[in-house]
This record gives sequence, structure tokens and C-alpha cells, in this order.
Amino acid sequence: MGKIEWAMWANEQALASGLIYLTGGIVGVAGQFMGWQFAAFGIAAGVFVCLLEYPRSKRSKGTSVERTGQYCFTVCVKAFGPLTRNYYVRAFLHAALCVPGGFMLATVLGCVCLGIASLIYLSAAIHGEHWEPILPKKEPAKRIGESIKQPPQNPPPRPPPELRRKRAEDLESAAYVNPIAVTANEY
Amino acid sequence: MGNWIINHGLTAFILFLWMGINIFLFVYFYFFYDLPDRFFYTRHLLSSALAWARAPAAVLNFNCMLILLPVCRNLLSLIRGSFMCCGRTMRKQLDKNLSFHKLVAYMIGLMTAVHTVAHLLNVEWYNNSIRGEYDRLSTALSMLEDDPDDNTTYLNPIRSNSTTPTYFVFTTIAGLTGVVITLALILIITSSMEVIRRSYFEVFWYTHHLFVIFFAGLVFHGAGRIVRSQTASSLEEHNITLCKDQPENWGKIPECPIPQFAGGFPQTWMWVIGPMVIYLFERLLRFIRYMQKVTYRKIVMHPSKVLELQLVKAGFKMEVGQYVFLNCPSISQLEWHPFTMTSAPEEDFFSVHIRSAGDWTDKLIEMVQNLPEGGQGPKMGVDGPFGTASEDVFDYEVSMLVGAGIGVTPFASILKSIWYKFKDSNPKLRTRKIYFYWLCRETHAFEWFADLLQVQEKEMEERGMGDFLTYKLYLTGWDQSHAAHAMVHFDKDTDIITGLKQKTHYGRPNWDKEFEQVRKENPSSVVGTFLCGPAALAKVLEKKCVKYSDVDPRRTKFYFNKENF
Repeated sequence: MGKIEWAMWANEQALASGLIYLTGGIVGVAGQFMGWQFAAFGIAAGVFVCLLEYPRSKRSKGTSVERTGQYCFTVCVKAFGPLTRNYYVRAFLHAALCVPGGFMLATVLGCVCLGIASLIYLSAAIHGEHWEPILPKKEPAKRIGESIKQPPQNPPPRPPPELRRKRAEDLESAAYVNPIAVTANEY
Repeated sequence: MGNWIINHGLTAFILFLWMGINIFLFVYFYFFYDLPDRFFYTRHLLSSALAWARAPAAVLNFNCMLILLPVCRNLLSLIRGSFMCCGRTMRKQLDKNLSFHKLVAYMIGLMTAVHTVAHLLNVEWYNNSIRGEYDRLSTALSMLEDDPDDNTTYLNPIRSNSTTPTYFVFTTIAGLTGVVITLALILIITSSMEVIRRSYFEVFWYTHHLFVIFFAGLVFHGAGRIVRSQTASSLEEHNITLCKDQPENWGKIPECPIPQFAGGFPQTWMWVIGPMVIYLFERLLRFIRYMQKVTYRKIVMHPSKVLELQLVKAGFKMEVGQYVFLNCPSISQLEWHPFTMTSAPEEDFFSVHIRSAGDWTDKLIEMVQNLPEGGQGPKMGVDGPFGTASEDVFDYEVSMLVGAGIGVTPFASILKSIWYKFKDSNPKLRTRKIYFYWLCRETHAFEWFADLLQVQEKEMEERGMGDFLTYKLYLTGWDQSHAAHAMVHFDKDTDIITGLKQKTHYGRPNWDKEFEQVRKENPSSVVGTFLCGPAALAKVLEKKCVKYSDVDPRRTKFYFNKENF
């Protein structure tokens, strides 16, 4: 288990808030509530928050679980670089987005939820966390075997073992001289 | 199909029953508010949003009553104890308590959404009517006030035409408690997502205690009696069909006296008070259990950071495959953590193996490591045991036990118990031979189990019963370096990973080969196959069991059991 990553909970909370904000907005606009313009803003903010929060961040330790089909969202969110990486930015963004929701009843729940999400993000940022994309692991490129560049120094036919063994005391005479000059393959 | 009914019939029946009650409550209360005349005027202001708010409320009452019951683990233990005669299928239902808890929670979430949206509309429409934005009747109904002189009672709970819905909600009992408990519910739900629950248990655990606020708010939610209907006596005098078109004549002509309204009696507290009391007793019992003295018999530190605690508690009786909850007050007063017991019922103590896996376990291990020589461990509270015993293992002549990964833990207790029963020639034990397969990705996390196997191996050899237990270890995650290492040490007597006589196999077992071998070695036995592991493996084993079973009653037969620990 280990250290708590607050951003993980903040992400769940923010995604839920986005949905609640959106729902409240739809109810407000569809019912033509008093001040339905705020509800219209709620729809936009809800959709935006959902899109932003859908791709889950990579965990600092252990396996990260992706949301279904989050890959394309991950790529988009990653494109904004430090803006989406930094959790202080998210905390202030959510805090700003939630304010208009407080002006009408239908979006009040979304507003408070997003506010709480913003607070959790703030705590995550203070703990030094940041958003990391979950990308499919790249297969490490197979290194080309050294032997291709450096062919065996002692190619067959090899001399009998007693000649091959190097004597520590007399390296010069122990060295076996190749009958053919050896070079790297050059194509 | 027959098999399915035996295995899942009761579960399905319980779910159908639960869903049936939910649907019945929804439909019944929908029409309860949508049809009768006493809600005619209320409906005139709110239209069908009234019924759409009240029907989910009834379902919510029912589910809020249910949600506390599956988490009363001592209550479940009590019920399980009294079902001893009723067989395993009944008792096994009780082990699915958390799935049911989640199911009920989903229903609460869904119904809360419907209830809240409907009430948003209600408040808005009440507010519009008092501002006179609708027809004459709506305005007239909204203008009725509580006035004993004029003999009137109000219908519209919004009493002023200069207020806003938000102000109204935050100044009434129903509105305020509604917002607060919905917020509590949202926080509980978001922190219970699998990701959080599995990785950051503390966040989940502490946030879940917002349920106190949730239930406190729920009990008072209906106290404001905001949903009002025409009283029965008023309905007799005041003919709706006649009077609804002439609100200006109310109280002026004898046929249409001013209609009287009254709030509905709050019902929610009646639904939830019982489970709340039961849950209170549950927590009280946990507290008593926590105060009971537990002494350490032995503390063993195994390699790879596994701590074994052997504990003794007066009056503690366990069975194989059960688990306990531990609470260490010097780490946290509130946290209880579950651990599968690894000791056998025959032993005069119970033991748990605690692997370093998080803050709590790390702190415990650190504390134990810093103990002075021979010192008692930190104070420990023990709650339990819980869970259904897995005693079927003893009923088969030959048992094939398959453990995958962490699923090996309960088999520690089973193997030990079989061993004790075998030693004492216990008549309850019919087992003659055990095949034990252990599949894991990496062995280092489970070295303590290899330790235990080693001890058993030695003891059995001393008694000359080396062939009672055959075990095979499969390392499914291995690479070239493992293989090279194994090749170098090929001649050694013991395995290089586990130090056991049996060599570790690399890769997955070839089940065809294994079943063939078991059949060959036990030509006329009934073999019980037990799995504690993933569902994919269960499917494979189930098929193999069928494939290698013989119709001839004198030949080998395989029975498949999946244990959920």
C-alpha cells in the first residue's frame, strides 16, 4: 500500500463532480430554471472537467489501472504539458470553475463537490504529486549482439587446447596468432 | 443447468427477491402519490415530479435499512452459527456480504440521483407558483397560509415570493439535511472506488465513517413534513372536480370551503432505526473484543519481511480457512485489518502471517523488530473468527489443492490441520493422500510458506510418511537468469528458491499430465479438487475434472470445489 496519493481520490472526486455538475446543468437548462444561464455554464464546465479528469494518472508506485479506453484522452491531456501536469493548476482551475455553480440550486451539488475535489487536489499538490500519463510500455529495443560488431577473435579452426590456454606468466608467447586477419563485417 | 442451480440458485433467488421488493416499492409508491385525490392539488403544483421524488425515497428507505446489515460481521457470525444445521449453501451466502453491500450501495446511489433531480424540479416549481408564474389555481394554492383565523393551512412550503430556491433549501430541515447527506454519500462513493480501496485503504476507511453523518441526516430528513396532502376531512367537504376551476370562490360558496393540508408522517427513521441499533451493538461488541486480553505466545520474523504472530486468547475457537481482524492501538485506534489464520484448530494458539504491504503492516513489523529480547509485543485487539470453515477438504480420500499466488494462505491452515488429524488418526479425516499445487509469479513474497512446507516435510519424513503429501511448485514468472541459476544448481538436493526437496517447476503446470498422474496413482478414489485462485483457472480445472472423471463407480472421480477466502 504505502504512501497515500491524494491525487487518485481527487481524480475520482473530480470526475464524479463533473458528472454531477453536468447533470445539474442539464436539469437547470431543460427545466428553464431561474438563472438557467448558470446551468448552461454548468454543462460546459461539467463536460470539460470530465474530459480533463477521465484519463487517470500513473501511480508513483505499483500498477496503474487505466479507465476503459482512456488512451486517446491521455494523449490529449498530455499535450497541454505543464498545465495539466501540475496539480496546483487543477486545484485553482476547479476552484474557479465551481464558483458560478453556486448561484443556482440545480448546480449547487456539483459546485460543492468540485470545490472538495479542488481541495483534495491542493493537498495532492502540496504533497508534491503531479499527473503522469499512463502510456503503453515501450518494448526495450533489442540491443544488437556485440558479436556482430566484434567477430570472435579466435575463429575456427582453433588450435588444440594446450596451445589455446593462456599462461599468465608469459602472455606474449601464449597469444595465438590468427592465420587470417580478422576485421568487423563491412557491408 | 442443474449444477448452476446448485451452485448459484440461492444467490440468484436472494437477488431476485431483493430486486422484486425494490421494484414493488417503487411502483407502489409511485402510484400512491400519482393517483389519489388528496395529492391532487400537490400534483397541480409539482406534476409528476412529486411521484418521481417519492418513489425513489421509498426504495432508499428500504436499501438504507439493508446497507448496514452486511457489514455487521459479528451478527453474520451469529447467524452462521445458528444455521449450522442448514447446510453449507445457506451459510456460504453470508460470505458474499460485501458484494451485497456494494449492490445495495449502487441502488442507493441511483435512487439518490433520481430523488435529488426530482426535488430540484419540485423546489423550482414551488418557487415559480408562489411568484404567480403559473395559472390562477397554482397561485391561489400557493397563497394559502397557516392562519387559524381564516381557517387555512398552507400547501406550498415556500412562504415568500422574494426568496430563491437555494435560500429555501439551505434554510429548511429537509433541504439542508438532504444536501449534507448527499455530499457525504458522494464522498463515500468516490473514495470507495476499487483503485482507492485497494491501494489507499486508509482513505477509504476513514471516509466511509461519514456514514454517521449520513444516517444522522437521514433520520431527520423527513422531520420538516414538507410533502403535504389534502386532509381526509377536507376532501369530503371540498369537491376537487367542482372547485378546482374556481379558486376565487373558495370559502365563499358552501360547496368549496378552503382546502386543508397536512404534512406526511416521516417514515425513514422507522426503517433505519433497527439496523442502526444493531450496528451500534456491533461496534460495542468490537470494542469489548478489543478490550479482551490477548497474549503473545511467540513472535517470529521470517525472511522477506513476513511477521508471524502466535497469539493466545481465552475462549477463542477457530476453524480452518477462517480469518480474524486485528487492531493495534499503538498504530491506530480505529483500524481493523483482516488476516487469514495460518494455524490449525488443533493447536492451542492461533497464528497469522503478516506480510509487509503498507503503512500499518510496516509500522507493526518495525515495532516488533525494535522489541527488547523476550519483551511482550504491542497490545493487540482481536475480533473474530469470521468466515465459513472450509472443512470439505477432509471428506475426500484424495485431495488436490491448487493455490495461486496469495491464494495459498488458507491452505497453510488446511495442510496443518490435515497433518494433525492424520497424526492423531482422527476418524473425521478420510484423506489418504494430498496433492498440493502452488502456482506463483514470484516466490520471494511467500517464502514463509515454503518455510512451513519445509517443517512439514521434515516431520513427515521422520515418521516415514513421505508420500502422504506431494507438492509441486510452479514459478510462472521466470526469465533466463532463473533458468541458468537452476541449471547450475541442478545436482543439489534441495531447491534453490524454496530450499525444499521438491524442485520448483518453471512455467504453468500441464494439467492433463497432472490429472493423468493422479488418476494413475489413485485408480479407484474419489478426488476432491480445491482451488483458491483466479476464475480463469477455475474454468480450466472444472473442465479437467469432468474430463478425467470416470462414469464407472469403481474408477477415479474428480470433484471440483472453488473456495472463496
